[in-house]
Amino acid sequence: MPFIPHTEADVSEMLAAIGAPNIDALFGEIPAELRCKGLSQVPERISEMEIARLMHSRAAQDGQLLNFIGAGAYEHHIPAAVWEITTRGEFYSAYTPYQAEASQGTLQLLYEYQSMMCALTGMDVSNASMYDGASALAEALLMAVRANSASDTRKILMPATVHPLYRAAVHAITEAQGLEQIPLAYDPKSGSTLAGQLAQYVGQGITAVVIPQPNFFGVLEDVDTLTDWAHANGALVVAVVNPVSLALLKPPGEWGTTGADIVCGEGQPLGAPLASGGPYFGFLTAKQQFVRQMPGRIVGRTLDLEGKPGFTLTLQAREQHIRRSKATSNICTNQGLLVTAATIHMSLLGPEGLSRVAAHSIANTAALVAKLATIPGVDVVFSGDRFHEAVIRLPQPVAPVLANLAQRGILGGYDLQRDYPELGQAVLICATETKLADDIDRYVSALTAALN
Amino acid sequence: MTLAPQPLDSNLIAEASPKLTPPAVPLNPAEPLIFEASRDGRRAAAQMPVDSIAVHLPPQLRRKTPPALPQVSELQALRHFTRLSKLNFSIDTHFYPLGSCTMKYNPRACNTLAMLPQFLGRHPLAPESHSQGFLACFYELQEMLRDVTGMAAVSLTPMAGAQGEFAGVAMIRAYHRARNDLARTEILVPDAAHGTNPATATMLGMTVREIPTDAQGDVDLDKLAAAVGPQTAGIMLTNPSTLGVFERNIAKIAKLVHEAGGLLYYDGANLNAILGEVRPGDMGFDVIHMNLHKTFSTPHGGGGPGAGAVGVSERLRPFMPIPVVDKAGDTYRWLDERDLPQTIGRLSAFMGNAGVLLRAYIYARLLGREGMHRVAEFATLNANYLQARLRQRGFDLAFPSRLASHEFIVTLKRQKQALDLTATDIAKRLLDYGFHAPTIYFPLLVPECLLIEPSETEDKDTLDSFVEALCAIWDEAKRDIAYIKGAPYLMPVRRLDDVRAARQLDIRWLPTSA
Repeated sequence: MPFIPHTEADVSEMLAAIGAPNIDALFGEIPAELRCKGLSQVPERISEMEIARLMHSRAAQDGQLLNFIGAGAYEHHIPAAVWEITTRGEFYSAYTPYQAEASQGTLQLLYEYQSMMCALTGMDVSNASMYDGASALAEALLMAVRANSASDTRKILMPATVHPLYRAAVHAITEAQGLEQIPLAYDPKSGSTLAGQLAQYVGQGITAVVIPQPNFFGVLEDVDTLTDWAHANGALVVAVVNPVSLALLKPPGEWGTTGADIVCGEGQPLGAPLASGGPYFGFLTAKQQFVRQMPGRIVGRTLDLEGKPGFTLTLQAREQHIRRSKATSNICTNQGLLVTAATIHMSLLGPEGLSRVAAHSIANTAALVAKLATIPGVDVVFSGDRFHEAVIRLPQPVAPVLANLAQRGILGGYDLQRDYPELGQAVLICATETKLADDIDRYVSALTAALN
Repeated sequence: MTLAPQPLDSNLIAEASPKLTPPAVPLNPAEPLIFEASRDGRRAAAQMPVDSIAVHLPPQLRRKTPPALPQVSELQALRHFTRLSKLNFSIDTHFYPLGSCTMKYNPRACNTLAMLPQFLGRHPLAPESHSQGFLACFYELQEMLRDVTGMAAVSLTPMAGAQGEFAGVAMIRAYHRARNDLARTEILVPDAAHGTNPATATMLGMTVREIPTDAQGDVDLDKLAAAVGPQTAGIMLTNPSTLGVFERNIAKIAKLVHEAGGLLYYDGANLNAILGEVRPGDMGFDVIHMNLHKTFSTPHGGGGPGAGAVGVSERLRPFMPIPVVDKAGDTYRWLDERDLPQTIGRLSAFMGNAGVLLRAYIYARLLGREGMHRVAEFATLNANYLQARLRQRGFDLAFPSRLASHEFIVTLKRQKQALDLTATDIAKRLLDYGFHAPTIYFPLLVPECLLIEPSETEDKDTLDSFVEALCAIWDEAKRDIAYIKGAPYLMPVRRLDDVRAARQLDIRWLPTSA
């Protein structure tokens, strides 16, 4: 049987030691009428060679398209070394580092990760990861509710420019605790959140304001004005940011007069492949004063019996295995292996590498937008400054055009018609540093052809 | 058999030159922080775009100083993280009998095949027309999991056990609300439950009521009968329980809770013990989660990722978390809120930990129908063998009259009283002997407990060595308890000061702290 090492002699000796006549007798405490009568939907086993053939053929069936979709998952070059090291058995097949002395590798790496995320976001403290960007935003808002003891409304100002799938996940995760998302409209010209509408929320005891940077449209928000308004009105600022953008953009810790309070986002652009949506990881950082309200694991540096430095999980009194129903979250298993990849990725790129990736992504998207704008009937929707995504409007319904592009081997973008019907026949596009000039030209000519 | 403590990497001794003095323990010395190797201007130049280009950004939105990420060469990074990896215990290097965690071999084929370039390159929002191969794997995984659990339908999207629990309790909540049965806001959990159970109930705005365990390790039925009522939303149970025994009264429990109008939630942490032998659906559960990173052997990755697929009975099907894969004719497609308007919604931006699910699919196909049974049979055989051997050598079992499931509990209450030998002491000294410690101090109701889960992939010789190590440590403690209290000795660090870690919080490196 696969992966079971027992010989017949082993089984006999073991049963004799137990004093059982056969293996089935070991299940003797299970009421007979409950025993399984047999499985019908599980096929007979196949060998590694056969499953390899099957998986290669299924992978080939889906093919590899030239990708211009971003929308929360971004294609970046990942150094070969990242996953070579990440999948070493010592990282890959280790458990949560509860026995610290036998887990110093994972623990030190997590400490280095926390340090890097603090540096990137301009915050004081970081946890060791959440599941993904969307669930990290939900947890950040639950944390804001606990942290903002002066506000009991649980009202969250949520810009419409936050990823629609994030807003859906936030609703599913926080609704039972009574969090209320109040939508903030965007300027149809610039594509950024209108600061003017905030006046109507003065005196309402808003708990937190979410600020995306860049926003879902790829447009840069006026983060300083939004941050200062929130703080002037007793609300905490929860930033949801793209970590690659932070190589060039002002870190949330420096937004406005006193900076954002909690920062979260999707860690995928830091070394995780697109991989159909996961596993990715969510990151969560905050100002020092909120550290005891953080969900999830945190690694600290301490000393051993001999006074040598070492690393261990700390502040565990926040967590479910200690605090049970009074924990800050139910999270236990997180996305440790993806954090391993991200820490190696950030170490290999460094500040200069990450800023070049960001700059080339901005430049490639700008080049793509400029060329698409020359196609008759294609418009660029927003005028605001951009990071590496943009919204374009087509002269025809979006779905058939994207299907046509897919037949030409191109993923042409994310159809916005369902989430933002007011934008008309709009598509969100993205060209990261992975796109060459030829790729961009290929997209432009394919779209030209598809529209004819 | 005699057993001596093993250095972390014993190969290094064998390979050391005879001219050199053997290195002083520990053999894998502490590794400096990567920031200490950083020098301004040093780069892993192959890993970035060749040109440095200027781009337009509004000055008030620009970063003024670069982030303090390390500036190291590619080799420096490679060497640093490879060295760090060698400071870890892992399944690939050590026996890892952590109770409730199912640390079994993670077949390499699952990793290799889930990382084929087309799978890694697939964007989560790619059209269904170009996702049929990928979706076929997910659909078949849903079907296999449905079968082995006896449930009506499966959603793969929750990203870990705790998120599966969240989805399950959210469905219970949605079910009662859909029937306008709004008073059902209490969740019952046994006192032996995982901490995630009560924490999950709280996240869903429920109150938690604990049900005691009787002396034999079963749920106290009288106390349960007294607790259920019109306020009961449901009960969360693990079976076999966290005490390492099968809950024999499960049918009575199901009847009690159902008659009171509540639903039954199955925590799948211990599914490995019963795979193919008895199904949660047949036991009367309405909703379950599975830890695919346990039972279906996807890697734990130093803390994650996991995958917490949920299974539901027919009456909870409308509330499943989205997306779910459906098949019409020969075509696969996603179901979303348009197909399941009563769904509890979306728990992640996309579809959860897709790559983990691919690994679980490959593992399930390698096992096949017969393999499912074999997993439970040999996991149970290994646990009962280890339990019998330890009992023969004088260790006390928490539930000596019971058969073990895939795990069992040793209590060191007697050793604590006689020698001041604690579960922590044994755990730390085991590391010196080259074994990862069992789970300790859980479940909370057994004093000085070791929760031991060997898993089906361990061979008899390894189990025998583990027994000898525990006996050797007990002997050492009789001779010199102070020595054992100083363990471990052969790890990269000695016993760490957790109190200091919490009181003098140091959770990030700063340039000034170098």
